[in-house]
Amino acid sequence: MSALARLGRLPLGATLVAIFGVAALVGPWLAPYSPRTIDLLAQFQTPSAAHPLGTADNGVDVLSVLLHGARLSALIALCSVGISLTVGSALGALAGYRGGRTDHLITGTADLVQAFPAIVLNIAILALVAEPGLLHVVLALSANGWVIFARIARAQTLLLRESEFVGAARLLGAGEAQILLRHVAPNLLGPLVVQATAALGAAILAESTLSFLGIGPGADASWGALLDQGSAVLLRFPHVALTAGAAIATTVLGFNLAGDWLRDRLDPRTRHSHRHPTRSGKSR
Amino acid sequence: MADGMARYLALRFLRAVATVFGVCTLVFLLVHLIPGDPIDAILGDQAAPEDRVALRKSLHLDEPLATQYLRFGGSLLDGSLGHSYRASERTVSSLMAEVLPHTAVLALASLLVAFALAIPLGALAAYHRGRAWDRSASGLAMLGLAIPNIWLGPLLVLFFGVRLQLLPLPGDDPTRASALVLPAFTVGTALMAILTRQTRAALIEVLGQPYILAARARGVGAPALLFDHALRNALLPVMTVGAAQLGALLSGTVITEKIFERPGLGTLFLDAFFARDIPVVQGCVLVIAVIYVAVNLLLDLLYAAADPRVRLR
Repeated sequence: MSALARLGRLPLGATLVAIFGVAALVGPWLAPYSPRTIDLLAQFQTPSAAHPLGTADNGVDVLSVLLHGARLSALIALCSVGISLTVGSALGALAGYRGGRTDHLITGTADLVQAFPAIVLNIAILALVAEPGLLHVVLALSANGWVIFARIARAQTLLLRESEFVGAARLLGAGEAQILLRHVAPNLLGPLVVQATAALGAAILAESTLSFLGIGPGADASWGALLDQGSAVLLRFPHVALTAGAAIATTVLGFNLAGDWLRDRLDPRTRHSHRHPTRSGKSR
Repeated sequence: MADGMARYLALRFLRAVATVFGVCTLVFLLVHLIPGDPIDAILGDQAAPEDRVALRKSLHLDEPLATQYLRFGGSLLDGSLGHSYRASERTVSSLMAEVLPHTAVLALASLLVAFALAIPLGALAAYHRGRAWDRSASGLAMLGLAIPNIWLGPLLVLFFGVRLQLLPLPGDDPTRASALVLPAFTVGTALMAILTRQTRAALIEVLGQPYILAARARGVGAPALLFDHALRNALLPVMTVGAAQLGALLSGTVITEKIFERPGLGTLFLDAFFARDIPVVQGCVLVIAVIYVAVNLLLDLLYAAADPRVRLR
């Protein structure tokens, strides 16, 4: 990849992520209507001055749903990635540092979880909850979200464990917790941040997909639910599905581009194109 | 050497068996690990106490955990996977057997779409590296990767079904071949994008090697050079990356069946979700996970046969 192309990813990725971030932060206050405002006379209108992106089922303003939905997506993505990152990297670092039985147990569990396609496991978990809410969706997404962070932290810790500075800390009498927190954790940060960026995009997509399938947190405003509504009336009122899908796609694209850019920046191994494919999802 | 091969195969097989055992246990435990009472999930918390007792009994949730586990194991061994909660005379496996062919056809068609497009596109991009062909193919791959299934499906319907009226709309007879085209593209596009990038990267690496230069010097033409000499060696990493996407492919079929209103494992799974038919949910999850483990095993064995270096690891 040329240096120019690599540079080009930052502005686009960062811009898309920034737009999403602003929408999530202040969007609900900027929204012209409440996502609950019903106007039965104005159902499925095409864009107009009163409704810049048109209206959906029950005359709900599409722009307002998108702005409120951004906050929901951001909240779910941040919480689930936060949990996955914390739990996953702690388990991975522990597995890598201790090795032996701890490693077998953690790696084995990760392998098991990975045998389930992500969305299928999420749905199965939510099937056992009477009324899935925000918290349930966050936990369901975290149930397999931690695995990738655990793998990265483990691989990185395996290298760090043999390094001189960790050996020196050990000789100076540092305990396991101190070594992991003070010496290992800071060195894990780079690759974990790269993964977290991509994971945010994936979580937003997963939440949208669940809502699209009707399994979401059942909030007033969700991009996936709006896309589902729009798909039901696709033949007559395509603007709803087009707008909702575009919001999801550009946001996910933004996080992917930002993640790619960070990876190229922080990880010297992938700086020169992706030459050595490894089988992701398989540990050695 | 033959010993090493046999040992590798045996170990790999044992690991797959252990994973399947773990998957089954996890699916069984799912009901018990999730906080809250599954009876609440099925009946809601307003249900009459006697209904709750009856349901608990019919799902055998009143028995000790060990007995339930043995019963679950038994239902796996006799191949029934238990009984549906909605239609108790139907075994879960018979419900799945009915719809599995639809899902299998969709998955295979999606694979076909992905490989048939990705390999020529990737080859084109690699051969014309840095030029217009490369940029178009790479751009197409980037786009394919960015568009989620849940949006691509409706977009394809809108364009090819409504605008051009070339292909059937969702809900059409799923046994017609033309009804398979849009769903297969919906599932296959993301994989196509990943494989295109991978084919391009692998081919660029191979094309830089001395034996390619030697073939070029002997006067081998571009098509033969690409397809006979280079692609053969570039294909293994492409297959590896493709295999890693199997889970995404299975997820994609679940979502796409819903978009196109096609019968299949995904539709059965979602219907069971909304009816809180927990035995069917468990059965679907189990079968999907076992398919994943089995295909991975098969691929690893194929690699071992194709590439002797794999065995030494």
